[in-house]
Amino acid sequence: MHDSAIALSVIFGIVLISSAVGMYAGTRHKMNLEQWTVAGRGFGAVLVWLLMAGEVYTTFSFLGASGWAYSRGGPTLYIMAYLTLAYVVSFYFLPQIWEIGKKFGMQTQSDFFRQRYGSKNLAAFVSLIGVVFIIPYLQLQLTGLGIIVEVSSFGGISRVTAMLVAFALVAAFVFASGVRAVAWISVIKDFLMLFAAFFIGIGLPYMYFGGIGKMFTALVNAKPTHLMLPGTTTVMGHSWYISTVLLTSLGFYMWPHLFSAAFTAKSDNTLRRNAVIMPLYTITMPLIFFVGFTAILVVPGLAKGDLALLTIVRQSYPAWFLGIIGAAGALTAMVPAAILILAAATLFAKNFYREMISPAMTDDQVAKLARALVIVITLIALYFAIYSSTTLVNLLLLGYAGVTQFLPGVVFGLYWGRVTKAGVFTGLVTGIALVAYLVLSKQDPFMGFNAGFIALCVNFVLAVIVSLMTRAEANRFQQDPVSTARVKESA
Amino acid sequence: MHKPSWKALLVGSIPFLAMCFSIALWDRVYPFVLGLPFSIFWIVAWIILTPVCMSVAYRIETAHVAARERGKEGEAQHA
Repeated sequence: MHDSAIALSVIFGIVLISSAVGMYAGTRHKMNLEQWTVAGRGFGAVLVWLLMAGEVYTTFSFLGASGWAYSRGGPTLYIMAYLTLAYVVSFYFLPQIWEIGKKFGMQTQSDFFRQRYGSKNLAAFVSLIGVVFIIPYLQLQLTGLGIIVEVSSFGGISRVTAMLVAFALVAAFVFASGVRAVAWISVIKDFLMLFAAFFIGIGLPYMYFGGIGKMFTALVNAKPTHLMLPGTTTVMGHSWYISTVLLTSLGFYMWPHLFSAAFTAKSDNTLRRNAVIMPLYTITMPLIFFVGFTAILVVPGLAKGDLALLTIVRQSYPAWFLGIIGAAGALTAMVPAAILILAAATLFAKNFYREMISPAMTDDQVAKLARALVIVITLIALYFAIYSSTTLVNLLLLGYAGVTQFLPGVVFGLYWGRVTKAGVFTGLVTGIALVAYLVLSKQDPFMGFNAGFIALCVNFVLAVIVSLMTRAEANRFQQDPVSTARVKESA
Repeated sequence: MHKPSWKALLVGSIPFLAMCFSIALWDRVYPFVLGLPFSIFWIVAWIILTPVCMSVAYRIETAHVAARERGKEGEAQHA
């Protein structure tokens, strides 16, 4: 058989089987809003682990991380550090968020703001900002998937065809089985990703240099400063590293889809245990970096670092193996895409549409609308991915720094009784405006520090000052759920 | 809702010191350890040591939560 046909059948077979597993995952449960969004809060440690690992390791981990290792060198260390430390951070607030979420029946990040601050405007604003940053992230997954499948099928499937097929499948299994589909497909995805990372991360340095140590010796001899900060860049020094690791590890769970994954857990201790073992999954990242470092000497001079991993794998392994890598890569895009679509659809239906436009909707009607929105959001992301727009690329640069601005509202909401909605609102709006200004006017890093980190500091300070200047408000987390429901009715 | 205990927070700050704030101390290529440049060895070592730290934090935290629950029950009985 022709190389392209072999690789293609492997990719298509694996992706199709995975999607079938996802469709099947929800069939034993009636898909109401609670099941569809948070799986009835019934996931034990293993499923929560798989779901979160599935969401976290996106096409960026595959292509972007090896691309950074290839083109930037030293600064890439930040990725391993923040992925490990994000779980450390989660230990100190995810169990608490779960507890509050259970008490008030929360399904989204906006529900948290709605309950704590009693302001539908703040909640709707939070949900809109969330959706605005999710769409470009989704588009990135699509584009990544297109590249992976095109390259690993030796051009047998075009970028656009691959995106269309994959996203029709994603929309179908999210529509049918919600978050359960995502968790079960993650089982296959995580296994493939681990296999791929170990095989190529250890295999490629051996193939070309006779070992990982020899590969690094050769690299250091050829490029003595590549592995130290700021690597090949001029601005990514130590202050950039520290501020970026802080920003990204603190802000990690502020992504709406990661935040709401906490609600799927069976208990708060499930999340604590999860936070303890999650860092071990990061061990695949150094292996992906080894591939990027190997590629520097083996396939030098690529214009796009993101293609380093696929280029070196394609020239080193047989077609069927490239098919497996292609399938792993495709699933690495599809799983996070699925949860992003689900989160965006629920946020928009529940926290924007119902709150602002049609307050009389029942949960079942919200669920119907959210499921319909799955298709709409998929189409929007497809449109952007095919007719790729530069505005969207800019939004993506803002994504991480943008969602992290939710942090003061969440942390103070949990731990500081004196915080007010005016304080949180002021900090949030200023933080987002500041980060947008700094990033879009190309002033990131700003004076050696990550622009998002500077915005976060301003955000925190403003939230404190404005809260203290405004009248104290009741902490609505301490009310009991029944009485708040009554207040809502009478209002 | 339980606030995390200070002791558990203190233990969790160890990985932050090791992987984030101290970068100036370990951002170097030599010496190679186990075939890895020093900075990469350091990061990989802490990917493995972090769960060890966090399992200590887990013990402290679950004991803390259990003690609080007992306290609450006690209060309820007295009332």
